[in-house]
Amino acid sequence: MAPQRSTVAAAAPWVAAAAVLILAIVSIFIGVADVDFRALWSDPESRQIFLQSRLPRTFAIILAGSALAVAGLIMQHLARNRFVAPSTAGTVDAAALGLLAVTILAPGTAIMGKIAIACVFALAGTALFIALIQRVQFKDVVYVPLIGIVLGGVYAAIGEFFAYRTNLTQTMSVWMNGDFSGIIQGRYETLWLAGGVAVLAYVFANWFTAAGMGRDFATNIGVNFRLAMAGGLTIAALVTAVVVTTVGAIPFLGLIVPNIVTMMLGDNLRRVLPTTALLGAALVLVCDIVGRVVIFPYEIAVGVIVGTLGSAVFLAMILRRSNRYANA
Amino acid sequence: MITIDSLTKAYDTTTVVDHVSLQLPDAGVTSLIGPNGAGKSTLLSMVSRILGADAGSVSVEGLDVFHAPSKDVAKKLSILRQDAHTTARITVQELVEFGRYPHSRGRLTPECRAAVAEALQYCDLVELADRPIHQLSGGQRQRAYVAMVLAQDTRYVLLDEPLNNLDMVHATGLMQLLRRLADEKGKSIVLVLHDVNYASVYSDRIIAMRHGAVVHDGPPETVITEHALGEVYDMEFSVHTLNGDRIAAYFR
Ligand SMILES: Nc1ncnc2c1ncn2[C@@H]1O[C@H](COP(=O)(O)OP(=O)(O)OP(=O)(O)O)[C@@H](O)[C@H]1O
Ligand SMILES: [Mg+2]
Repeated sequence: MAPQRSTVAAAAPWVAAAAVLILAIVSIFIGVADVDFRALWSDPESRQIFLQSRLPRTFAIILAGSALAVAGLIMQHLARNRFVAPSTAGTVDAAALGLLAVTILAPGTAIMGKIAIACVFALAGTALFIALIQRVQFKDVVYVPLIGIVLGGVYAAIGEFFAYRTNLTQTMSVWMNGDFSGIIQGRYETLWLAGGVAVLAYVFANWFTAAGMGRDFATNIGVNFRLAMAGGLTIAALVTAVVVTTVGAIPFLGLIVPNIVTMMLGDNLRRVLPTTALLGAALVLVCDIVGRVVIFPYEIAVGVIVGTLGSAVFLAMILRRSNRYANA
Repeated sequence: MITIDSLTKAYDTTTVVDHVSLQLPDAGVTSLIGPNGAGKSTLLSMVSRILGADAGSVSVEGLDVFHAPSKDVAKKLSILRQDAHTTARITVQELVEFGRYPHSRGRLTPECRAAVAEALQYCDLVELADRPIHQLSGGQRQRAYVAMVLAQDTRYVLLDEPLNNLDMVHATGLMQLLRRLADEKGKSIVLVLHDVNYASVYSDRIIAMRHGAVVHDGPPETVITEHALGEVYDMEFSVHTLNGDRIAAYFR
């Protein structure tokens, strides 16, 4: 049994990478304006579509999907609860609230400034959640994400209030619902920042694993628990802020992907992070392809599809309560 | 040498460790005994900087544990907590590799691999190396944690009730192992024990605590006596010499 597990672990990232590659190719060549592979060389218009719309869209999906999955992985590990992710810890709602604040107070702010503010809000919102769950000892682990969802609801309600008064409810809903249809060259590049942050998470993966083992465990091996916690949550908040600002939230992605991967491969972040990132990208690619195909020539936003799938998985998880962290 | 100077910890109005001053040797086996709630775990946690102190100081070979960089302290001193457990799904091998973290920052060197292999061997875990720790029995998991602190390879090894959950085969095996570490590698092992006879047979020195203070401190000959044990535990003991060891009986 043991060797089987390590074989799976060794093969998993390659299988996931192959899936991403194949899906990416499908994603590029599917769509309203058909791109003929040979035409790319002969026809300037085809090339234009390819470079300005198809390629950016596929890149955006891969970056957002992988970074969000990594953010979820880190969050569930640091919170020591499998149900914790950007969408169940108030992170997404707090980021959107921050974005709303800049949009109302300083509408002219450049994109990076908006992301920075959204990140600060997301971090503060998540920190409040973590402080709350650390203070209250819950009998049942499912209360933890429920608290997060309620807290997120509070952030959202505050947002709605101001959005309504400033006629921004439409804009708010765009942030809350990921959609890649508007992605063209020049509109997605901020997502590389999320991708870069996910790579940074890999560099510090051992740190986060140690912190997730508990404060004492981390202290014993000389890992600064507070710093690891703060660093991990900042990464998650930044990724969330970038994704919400650039393409809109993809609900529950950060919840389902890490759970599927860690269920198979265990909780050593350094080992599971690449597979998690790749599977996150693959899932969003699939959902995006489905969204473009089912009601062709129209599109269903990715956020709707992942969100539907994710909430179903989340409910199933809650009902099963097969949470290893639970029995701590 | 670990120098503990007037270390104090209070919860609300109860002082659970009360101005304890001690010097722990740089080699040998030192056992901490005492009734439940005496303050043994609290003392060990403060010495290993896992718990902050209200007053007093601890220095390990001149390094102030509360103020020196944590990663420097981690190379000198390791601690196995009484309730060390996690629910993270990592394998025994991965757990033991974490012991090398202070030395390698996560990038295992050949020396690290050797230390991990040796620790697994010592703790009879080679066959379990690839098993996730949450699937192990309590005793197997306890051994995995012990292997991790062994891999950390610090001069001072603090263990809070390491015999928890171990059957007598593995309990005796672990005590022999700790004795060997002290004798062959010159390590200083400080451990909390509830079984006074293991303390008697394997220790160079026994420190007995009660109500947050050290009440007896010396070699087994002076602490494993009917009088001293009676004072520490408030209970009657009869002490016998068995094959040259002092064995306390307290069963009736
Ligand atoms: N976090 C805490 N808050 C309040 N009191 C505490 C706390 N931790 C420990 N205590 C108290 O401090 C005292 C000493 O506890 P400690 O765990 O050090 O005892 P111990 O000697 O290790 O006991 P045992 O043999 O049961 O492990 C106990 O009376 C305990 O109730
Ligand atoms: Mg104790």
